[in-house]
Amino acid sequence: MSEQQFYHALKVDEDKCYGCTHCMNVCPTDAIRIREGIARIRKDWCVDCGECMKACPVDAIYVEQDDFERIFDFKHRVAVLPSVFIGQFSKQIQESEIIDVLHNLGFTHVVPAEATVDTINEAMLDEYTSDRDKPLISSFCPSIVRLIQVKFPGLVNNIIPIKPPIDSTAIYYRQMLLDEGNKAEEIGIFYVTPCASKIATVKDPVGESESFVDGVINMDFLYNKVYHILNNRNQEATKESKAVPYVTPKGLRWSLTEGESSHMEGRCLAIDEIHNVIKFLNKVENDEIINVDFLELRACDQSCAGGVLLSENRFLTVERLKKRAERIEQNNGEVNFFSFDQKEYIKQNLELGKIEPRSMMSLDNDMATAIKKMERVRSIMCYLPGIDCGACGSPSCESLARDIVLKDGHISNCVFMQRMMEKTKKLDPMHSIRIIEKTWGKDRLDKDCYKKGAKNEGI
Amino acid sequence: MEFNYEVEGGNFAKAGNAASSVKKVLKQLNVDPKVIKRVVVALYEGEVNVVAHAYKGNIMVDIDTERIFIKISDEGPGIPDIDLAMTVGYSTASAMVREMGFGAGMGLPNMKRNADSLNLTSKVGKGTVVELTTNLPK
Repeated sequence: MSEQQFYHALKVDEDKCYGCTHCMNVCPTDAIRIREGIARIRKDWCVDCGECMKACPVDAIYVEQDDFERIFDFKHRVAVLPSVFIGQFSKQIQESEIIDVLHNLGFTHVVPAEATVDTINEAMLDEYTSDRDKPLISSFCPSIVRLIQVKFPGLVNNIIPIKPPIDSTAIYYRQMLLDEGNKAEEIGIFYVTPCASKIATVKDPVGESESFVDGVINMDFLYNKVYHILNNRNQEATKESKAVPYVTPKGLRWSLTEGESSHMEGRCLAIDEIHNVIKFLNKVENDEIINVDFLELRACDQSCAGGVLLSENRFLTVERLKKRAERIEQNNGEVNFFSFDQKEYIKQNLELGKIEPRSMMSLDNDMATAIKKMERVRSIMCYLPGIDCGACGSPSCESLARDIVLKDGHISNCVFMQRMMEKTKKLDPMHSIRIIEKTWGKDRLDKDCYKKGAKNEGI
Repeated sequence: MEFNYEVEGGNFAKAGNAASSVKKVLKQLNVDPKVIKRVVVALYEGEVNVVAHAYKGNIMVDIDTERIFIKISDEGPGIPDIDLAMTVGYSTASAMVREMGFGAGMGLPNMKRNADSLNLTSKVGKGTVVELTTNLPK
């Protein structure tokens, strides 16, 4: 894999996409352009936050997943299951029932993704006393790690180099199965992901040479299967649930907003939703915010409960998870999964490799050339209308000006510039139609009563 | 290449806007993040000074491959004793400004620390001009 190529889980279905600009307008890193009527995601700019997928009105943006049947390639089939999966179910459904269904679907082991959070938390607290730049930033959310790499390269050293729970849980369970005498090739670890960025990071982990899981299953896919089975089960036949809690209350809450920050020391802040995070990091970079020790930053609103692959409403999921955690606490459910030796093994395998900055902001590596290019951007901006309509296929006038300078656009892509050029007879009207077709696809402006919102929609 | 920004006296909500814009420019010019940080921190302090003390101000930033030059000019009360103003912890900020978390007497010293050179001229009753230069490594 070359240095500039990053694996991305988000794909555009070219048959469904009709180039409506919704995704382009919400992308926090300006990674989307419309070309020939289709949204194109710039691979090295994208941080896999999934905002585009949430905004798409026709489900043209999807998350690639592994074929579920692939789990049967392995004798030992481990599902690494984040707690937000459980949080989607109402309190009438016991955790053990959900896990039983997953076993029936074919998994031999179901392990909580947050099983290792206690050890992770200890290691994070050790960092608090280190000489690392403050505020410390959690590496929990992969989109945030990527965001810092591309947009805030000066803050990469603030990221705590500790593996997120999913990675360390996967590593630990693989080792545990090996220790039990199982063959390496018989162990298949599958991660049930709530979002696109987790997929990207398990396929192409930042700061690591290889992945810890053998496959990824989208949470919505599995939720639908489990929900359907639980809904159609024979109520009478439901066996009394085992009293063993699935994961600690802390583990249940870890992926929610304040899940981490409430267990850290000093002045800690939790910020969710990627645009909020960007605004905050801008201030951190300016030293406008000082004396903060720890930042928990999550790309989704309501953190993982707001993951793009969750089916249930995120606020309900948060409430249900918190209630489950409280119930375990009330029942005095001490959950102790690991022995001292096991904890030591987890701890020894927590370190994350180096996270390198890879800024996507610069116009050129050479400063003199970059200055020239920026001067051109500024003079092009004298002509562009400043309306940010997106009709050129770029998210704003300024990004079109940058695209022009970086040779991925032309000033006549602007529909207002076309009008001005037609007025001064510098552009033939037929030519401007051809330009529009290049951005928006052929016949895009022809009458079409089957498009979204038109009278024959859905027929 | 020159950039100009206006600063409104008394409006703390907007303090930092010029610093953020300059940061965005410097990132696009592939300036070393460590240098960007120093420039932006110094500029932010200067911006806050104008907001906290002056009626209005203007920030001019001139960038070439050798150095980043920033000139912050304001119309305001001016500084009667510049040496005193440069002292760490000395502040003339009003109680209101302090209540907002500013006015710790660190502004000018912090600017001096983060720039390669700082030149300050002031006329009492007229205003203040601060010039900051940050040299770029070859």
